[in-house]
Amino acid sequence: MAKIFVLVEHRQGQIRDITYEMLTKARELAEKTSAELIAVLLGKNTKELAKPLTEYAKTVIAVEDSKLENFNSEAYKKTLSKLITEHKPSLVMMGHTSYGVDLAPRLATALNLPLATDIINLAFEGETFTVTRQMYGGKVNVKASARKSETYLVTVRQAAFTAQKPPQPANGQIAETPSPLTEEIAEKRFLQYVLPPLGGVDITAAEKLIGVGRGIKDAANVPIVEDLAKTVGAVLSCSRPIVDKGWLPSDRQVGTSGKTVKPKLYLALGISGAFQHILGMKSSDLIIAVNKDAKAPIFNFADYGVVEDLFKIVPPLKNKLNELRAQKA
Amino acid sequence: MDIVVCVKHVPETAEAELKIDSSGKAVEKAGLVYDINEWDDYALEEAVRIKEKQGGTVTAVTIGADDSDSTLRKCLARGADKAIRLTDPKFDGSDSYAIAKILHSVIKTIHYDLVLCGVQSGDGSNAAVGPILAEMLNIPHATMVKKIELATGTAKINRELEGGLEEQLEIRLPALISVQTGINEPRYVSIMGIRKAMQKEIKVMTLADTGLTENDVGTAGSWITVDKLYVPPVEKQAEFLKGTPDEIAAKIAEILKGRGLI
Repeated sequence: MAKIFVLVEHRQGQIRDITYEMLTKARELAEKTSAELIAVLLGKNTKELAKPLTEYAKTVIAVEDSKLENFNSEAYKKTLSKLITEHKPSLVMMGHTSYGVDLAPRLATALNLPLATDIINLAFEGETFTVTRQMYGGKVNVKASARKSETYLVTVRQAAFTAQKPPQPANGQIAETPSPLTEEIAEKRFLQYVLPPLGGVDITAAEKLIGVGRGIKDAANVPIVEDLAKTVGAVLSCSRPIVDKGWLPSDRQVGTSGKTVKPKLYLALGISGAFQHILGMKSSDLIIAVNKDAKAPIFNFADYGVVEDLFKIVPPLKNKLNELRAQKA
Repeated sequence: MDIVVCVKHVPETAEAELKIDSSGKAVEKAGLVYDINEWDDYALEEAVRIKEKQGGTVTAVTIGADDSDSTLRKCLARGADKAIRLTDPKFDGSDSYAIAKILHSVIKTIHYDLVLCGVQSGDGSNAAVGPILAEMLNIPHATMVKKIELATGTAKINRELEGGLEEQLEIRLPALISVQTGINEPRYVSIMGIRKAMQKEIKVMTLADTGLTENDVGTAGSWITVDKLYVPPVEKQAEFLKGTPDEIAAKIAEILKGRGLI
């Protein structure tokens, strides 16, 4: 029977959402191809973590080893290489996350398995394994085919699939499997987690946010949007490039590597909407986006869109809001 | 410390409107402005900063057509000592795996203590070449790196996880590190600096110089081949507000007022 592997992503005792998103999609594929769905869990204390997975997967392969306590792509590579060689799954799925990005390309090379990264869809079409992914910051989709192989490897974009509990729990078996790691990984050692600096502004607590992106062009223009934020009574936040350039501090960053926000208003100015940013703000109650490019992905998530240079909109908007305020008072 | 930096010459597309070309497998390149890949820009800066502190050499390597020279000139102007461009029509259609093979064929002949890459390219966004190359070179690697502290024979590095969290690792050198944006502030390179760099030589190599065969590169040597490009289907789209900037501003203000947001 064919097998599908889903690598369980977890950190500090928590299974991460991407795991359930992959298991949901993998279940659909497993049904279509009559394959067995196997969740692969590598860690130090796997017993508690394995339980919720049995609801989704027929088998949970649990490898327990203190050397797997914290993620280490080299330790994972060695362990997964052995499991893949033994089980010969038709597909191995892992997250396109800080873990999957570190692990998948190297594992694929070691085993010479075709790898497609950051996929948003995948299918077995007859004899061919195909994937859908994006290029150019989400402006273009690509359909691609993999070279024929016994096993394919993919990294899956976060939130590409929606996690859903199976209608019938899978009542999976936990297969405790001995670790193949005989010694510590000397060339790459985990030392510690480093928490973001405390203090600063908590953008997750703000009712109204203005988000600025590359469209702001220059650090000298930040006061213009700061001014608008004051008028709106909003807190200023931003997309990644603005923090990378040092124009706003990192506590203002919205997105996967920053904060996930859910304000009543998110006014996006000059943000094109890379998926990392979208994931951080798409649940906002009201999204209004201003961007020069009519095809910017942000408009697929906004309630209202304005195709215009933000600098043409911000001054009259500030005036209008001040007028309304004056009328009220 | 000898450092190799892998760079790519890519179109800037964050604010550009893209069209798919007649082959259906690529975007129209006409009208697009090319520059060094954003992630590679940070990797290059990091390499030059290490060299300035510790001495040694920086070699920039790229795969691309001859117009990639402008990116290599930028590297040389920024402080790279040598530049290598790998150019061959047979490289077209290469995926991350084939690209890593080409880079590997050259880098294995150079002395290095550190190989630096950007996490990903702004066009393909595969985020795969670095770790593939590390496996081929048989050296440890770390991706999405936001901080590098070098010691003797090792480096302490911070990797970006999610939500501002990082993990600190220690890796043995030589190693490959793929650099995340924001690790430093890339310096400005003056036109004068680039002009000066015009005098430095760019070494050009073709498939024949790599020891690889036609079957190792291009689509033949790839794991993945592109079938077609298409504009992402729109599931939901914003209601567009139209008019003069004043009219639009009034409409936004009305929406906010209607929702009790002002």
